[in-house]
Amino acid sequence: MAEISKKLLFVSRHAPYGSSIAKEALDAILAASAYNQQLSLLFMDEGVFQLLPAQEAQEIGQKSLAAMLPALSLYDIDEIYVHQESLQARQIESRELVLDNIKVIDSAAVHSLLARQHQLLSF
Amino acid sequence: MIFSLAIYAAPYSSQASDSAYRFATALLDQGHKLYRIFFYHDAVHNASSLATPSQDEAHLPQQWLQLSEKHGIDLVVCIAAALKRGLLNQQEADRHEKPGFNLAGGFTLGGLGQLVDAAVTSDRLITFGN
Amino acid sequence: MGILHTVNKSPFSHSTLASCLEVCGRDDCILLLEDGVLGAMQSSPCTRQLTLAIQQGVKIYALSSDIKARGLSEKLLPDIQATDYSGFVRLSIEHRCVQSWY
Repeated sequence: MAEISKKLLFVSRHAPYGSSIAKEALDAILAASAYNQQLSLLFMDEGVFQLLPAQEAQEIGQKSLAAMLPALSLYDIDEIYVHQESLQARQIESRELVLDNIKVIDSAAVHSLLARQHQLLSF
Repeated sequence: MIFSLAIYAAPYSSQASDSAYRFATALLDQGHKLYRIFFYHDAVHNASSLATPSQDEAHLPQQWLQLSEKHGIDLVVCIAAALKRGLLNQQEADRHEKPGFNLAGGFTLGGLGQLVDAAVTSDRLITFGN
Repeated sequence: MGILHTVNKSPFSHSTLASCLEVCGRDDCILLLEDGVLGAMQSSPCTRQLTLAIQQGVKIYALSSDIKARGLSEKLLPDIQATDYSGFVRLSIEHRCVQSWY
């Protein structure tokens, strides 16, 4: 891979389990952590449901995404954002979320986050 | 300019793969380079050698191969997403003792690192999902 | 150099276009494709936000082949510009990166 470091934002907008795209987005960013790029991750829209604790995914024969998320910091992925209006629309409080280092940002801040990336990986 | 495409949707189920193909031909017509197409999630079905659409329908797996041959495009299918959905090359079929393989020659199985590499190496990464 | 947003879902059944409009900046551009072109209709549930975005300088395009395929040519909002795949390629070059809303 080229010896350049780019800003890559993974945008995760889908609820877990109903579709596997949320899990596959997480797999993708974890894999990306091995390549010395400037990674960040944004949860918005239905994607915020991935952040709820107390997911008992074994009930439907799945692995809990909430249990996987803390692995992000072990992979040095610390730039993690959640869209405030998406939380509000679903009446989810930021203190409920499974990641305590997550940054809650409003729509204007989401726009500027998107606008300073080299590439967006849209999930 | 160097492009790569990420496709996440199955052909024939949604329009996304067909849109991606039309975008690919348009960018090549303009003289740009297409470095890689990464097939992930349900898009792995684009790589099936067994796809048999009727004659009046587009044959996407074949179209990808023709495009790749003509323009030297890397067609990479995510190995983890492919195996669980039953898309295997000969090597994986042997390893897992399966009776056959169905990854069309010209597509290669690769890891998610290839998606990251595509994002880093290309000027533009365009996602086609459903 | 803003962002190119692509939207491929109908606003009659998804909030995809509404979400996109919420984070869309003045120098951004939105391209409606596939079922996303239904968002370009005069009866679209996002008409008010779309018109507001256009007034603020956001350019909204819709893919002509998807419009024609769905028989919508006569039912579109006036300020939405039709484009083809070469136009889509040019838009992706004119913007710094592409966010796909699906």
